Amino acid sequence: MSVYSRTPGPVLDVGVLLGRSLRHSARSIDATISAIVLPLLILCVFVYIFGGALEAGTPDYLNYVVPGVIVLCAAFGSASTAVSVNEDMTSGVIDRLRSLPVVGSAVLAAHVVASVVRNVVSTAVVLGVSLLMGFRPVAGVADWLLAAGVLVLFMAGVSALSAAFGLVVSSAEAAGALSFVLLFLPYVSSGFVPPETMPAVLRGFAEYQPVTPLIESVRGLLLGLPVGSSLGHAVLWWGGFLLVGVVAAGVLFRRRAGR
Amino acid sequence: MTYTVEVEGLRKSFGDTVVLDGIDLRVARGTVAALLGPNGAGKTTTVKILSTLLRPEAGRVHVAGCDVLARPAEVRRRISLTGQHATVDEVLTGRENLVMMGRLRHLTKAAARERAGALLERFDLVEAADRRVATYSGGMARRLDIALGLVDDPAVLFLDEPTTGLDPRGRRDVWDTVGELAASGVTVLLTTQYLEEADRLADSISVLAGGRIAASGTADQLKALIGGETVELVLPDAGALASALSLAELRGYRARVADLSLHVPTDGTAAEVRELLEVVAGVPVLRVAVHRPTLDDVFLALTEQAVPA
Repeated sequence: MSVYSRTPGPVLDVGVLLGRSLRHSARSIDATISAIVLPLLILCVFVYIFGGALEAGTPDYLNYVVPGVIVLCAAFGSASTAVSVNEDMTSGVIDRLRSLPVVGSAVLAAHVVASVVRNVVSTAVVLGVSLLMGFRPVAGVADWLLAAGVLVLFMAGVSALSAAFGLVVSSAEAAGALSFVLLFLPYVSSGFVPPETMPAVLRGFAEYQPVTPLIESVRGLLLGLPVGSSLGHAVLWWGGFLLVGVVAAGVLFRRRAGR
Repeated sequence: MTYTVEVEGLRKSFGDTVVLDGIDLRVARGTVAALLGPNGAGKTTTVKILSTLLRPEAGRVHVAGCDVLARPAEVRRRISLTGQHATVDEVLTGRENLVMMGRLRHLTKAAARERAGALLERFDLVEAADRRVATYSGGMARRLDIALGLVDDPAVLFLDEPTTGLDPRGRRDVWDTVGELAASGVTVLLTTQYLEEADRLADSISVLAGGRIAASGTADQLKALIGGETVELVLPDAGALASALSLAELRGYRARVADLSLHVPTDGTAAEVRELLEVVAGVPVLRVAVHRPTLDDVFLALTEQAVPA
């Protein structure tokens, strides 16, 4: 019997490196907790502090704001891919991997998949807590699956872009800054207050930026509201970002690693 | 003789900076070769080219029988690289690192586990096997690093500055490990800036300076390059020094003065030392010492020559 596995090389490589990335996530409890606690705090701030004053046109602001918080949580969590990719690039791990008969970009693919897995878990936690707080979705199975699908696409897109960002910047600290940029993007969308209430310039941005159709479609699907064209727009935006992220990360990886 | 590494006329530059300016290097199978040089001499660049991480600009580079440009994938399957910075995964345990490396070399799960167990034993890491590498000492982490290189019996193991940054105990640890590897017939190419290390570990040494191989051979051959032993005569004052010097020069010795000492090259035999002492018999000599040249002397002599002023 051969000591060599019959699984095709690239599949095995991504699988093994995914196992490594997930172990890293499970063992850096602080990062995982902050990725869950931060969105929960924001949820509480908006519901219990601002919620009373805002009312946001609907009697239950909670139902309005939860999709925004879910997206915020996914954006924040996915951005951490930049840090883990950068750490691998600067620590010499990458040189070792590249001297192995391993497809170089397998390590990037593993980071992106691990990020999606991590964010599915933290999103589920945030969703669970919001259900306890009184979030009442009315979605059917198909709606749930669609909402989950578009969120996973979003996580993959942000993770791939973050991986590319992690390859550009020189340090893990700089890579960490991406989280904060992505943390603010959902604020200037329809996530927390309707864009109609914003000044004209911000409103234009809020209505057309890629996070808005995503939040609109998740909210529509979960609350049984008309989704309209927002689902299609969300898929186009984030499918496009995923493609751009994957290509950019691939090119940058080859350039940075192959000096 | 079969060579596991064969390099001819290797050149590499980054922008306008020429790092390697025509390197020739050969490592015979089953031997330990050292690439010795100061910081910035191009040691790491050489190792990166040999391990397919960088592309050579010109020259012929064969590793484990394959051309690194034409068949990089095959080279990667047959080599193993332990980089300058510990490339072990600190978040994982020692065992997990080894199993992961086996899996990345496409061993089956069972085979990877078995290999990991055997290597932990061989590198004396059994007790620490299931602790995170972050808790290891420098020497242990470096041992694990080397063990990771042996998961799939490589034809050649590249060790880039294996003891840099280690305390004396860790360094001794790694030396013992490399010594054992050599005894078991593994081909090793290591880089180092420590002459003592090359002297102690390597069968053959190549001194890299200014982008060229300034000299190569065994440690003894390199030492012979700058002559035999030196007798040092320590004198009490400048007057005694001057008279000793003139007496020695009168008899044809090419003596060199340093502080209040006179350094006289000899062949190191008792007869010649006695003869020298008789020559200076009228001068009060405080102490006599015989120095064998160290690799440091060789190194300084060679690298000073090679670096253009």
